[in-house]
Amino acid sequence: MHLDHPDVYPHRHTYSAASPLRPDGRRRALRIGLGGPVGSGKTATVAALCRSLREELSIAVITNDIYTREDAEFLLRNAVLPPERITAVETGACPHTAIRDDISANLEAVEDLEAVFSSSSVGPLDLILVESGGDNLTATFSKGLVDAQIFVIDVAGGDDIPRKGGPGVTTADLLVVNKTDLAPYVGADLEGMARDAEAQRGDLPVAFTSLTAEDGVAPVRDWVRGQLAAWTTPAA
Amino acid sequence: MGAGHAALLVLADGRFPAGGHAHSGGAEAAVKAGRVTDAASLEDFCRGRLHTAGLSAAALAAAAAAGVDPLALDDAADARTPSPALRATARRLGRQMTRAARAAWPSPELDALAAARPRGAHQPVVLGLTARAAGLGPLDAAHAAAYEAVSGPATAVVRLLGLDPFDATAVLARLAPELDHVAERAAEAARRAVHEGPDALPACSAPLLDITAEQHAAWPVRLFAS
Repeated sequence: MHLDHPDVYPHRHTYSAASPLRPDGRRRALRIGLGGPVGSGKTATVAALCRSLREELSIAVITNDIYTREDAEFLLRNAVLPPERITAVETGACPHTAIRDDISANLEAVEDLEAVFSSSSVGPLDLILVESGGDNLTATFSKGLVDAQIFVIDVAGGDDIPRKGGPGVTTADLLVVNKTDLAPYVGADLEGMARDAEAQRGDLPVAFTSLTAEDGVAPVRDWVRGQLAAWTTPAA
Repeated sequence: MGAGHAALLVLADGRFPAGGHAHSGGAEAAVKAGRVTDAASLEDFCRGRLHTAGLSAAALAAAAAAGVDPLALDDAADARTPSPALRATARRLGRQMTRAARAAWPSPELDALAAARPRGAHQPVVLGLTARAAGLGPLDAAHAAAYEAVSGPATAVVRLLGLDPFDATAVLARLAPELDHVAERAAEAARRAVHEGPDALPACSAPLLDITAEQHAAWPVRLFAS
């Protein structure tokens, strides 16, 4: 059905709604997961992406809070998206289970958002961001849930995290090292982090961000745009 | 009768990806209220749930596995679930189980139920129909539903209280004979329901579980969805 980028988004023969097409045959929204440790800036990255892309794209966000609706409420309070575009999934104290081992609640949230917008006058969504609850370095998203994933760490969490590796750091489609503005205050060696990340990740990209800076989310936004371009390119 | 025990093990595995991990079966509210504080009070809680909501769920599952009309059973489940919060939970979990079941044991009956109840049928009904699709019998379905009625709270209390996981598992082991008995009662009721309809099924409930489920649904901060 889609011979354009077979290596980037191979078809997945599962029952988990991972098909790249809507029931009507059109391409569905691109799903990008954001994971990473507590406090690294996942929600701030989601908020900045929404602010930066909401004029050009129809976006929705699913949050996976650990024991509150804090993340969903942060996004609502800051009005980065209207409430109908934000859904909170409860994870029963196990955020990694909800994005990897048992993705059923998240898939339902994804499908409900797709269905609501596809059948409304607003039209179908272009992009769904699935934000994980803060977790450990092994938490990654199931390929049955998202098409690509971002792992967000920060310099203040320790500049040895890229060296330690782990599935998030090693395999995420984009590694974001956030809060670079704090590096001088916490004694973080950014060049060393970049070197370690490259050693762990090979050709996979790394973005250093400072979301407090003007347009600080730009490297992540540009990467998302690239993913979307690959996702929506029509078959030759 | 087709399948052997292995399919039942797959279906009843706590890692079966049908959403149960995010639910405590009322245990979170009971812990907060101080009614569950250790292994002994967990056992009391599980025993109470097994013989009330557990029996009702097991009978619905057994009846679905026996071939009773799932839509009639879905209505019967609504009638046996006075708490709106628990009805919503049962349908949400039913929808999640439908997804996992259709991937694991594709079946026209599961497809038909999914089409008739796109927002989800009650979870025990889906569980029973899943057992049927897997070639299991009514007693197997009742065992799976009854076990879920106690294993969910036990797992949740390990997370909520830091209860020793060996103690929690020992609680489940001690309840096993009662669980067998409840499953047999449920399967017997399901046999009657094949001829007499869903009214032949038990309608046991635990009012405190219903009341605390409503309260729990309104908590702003909680670990579990129910």
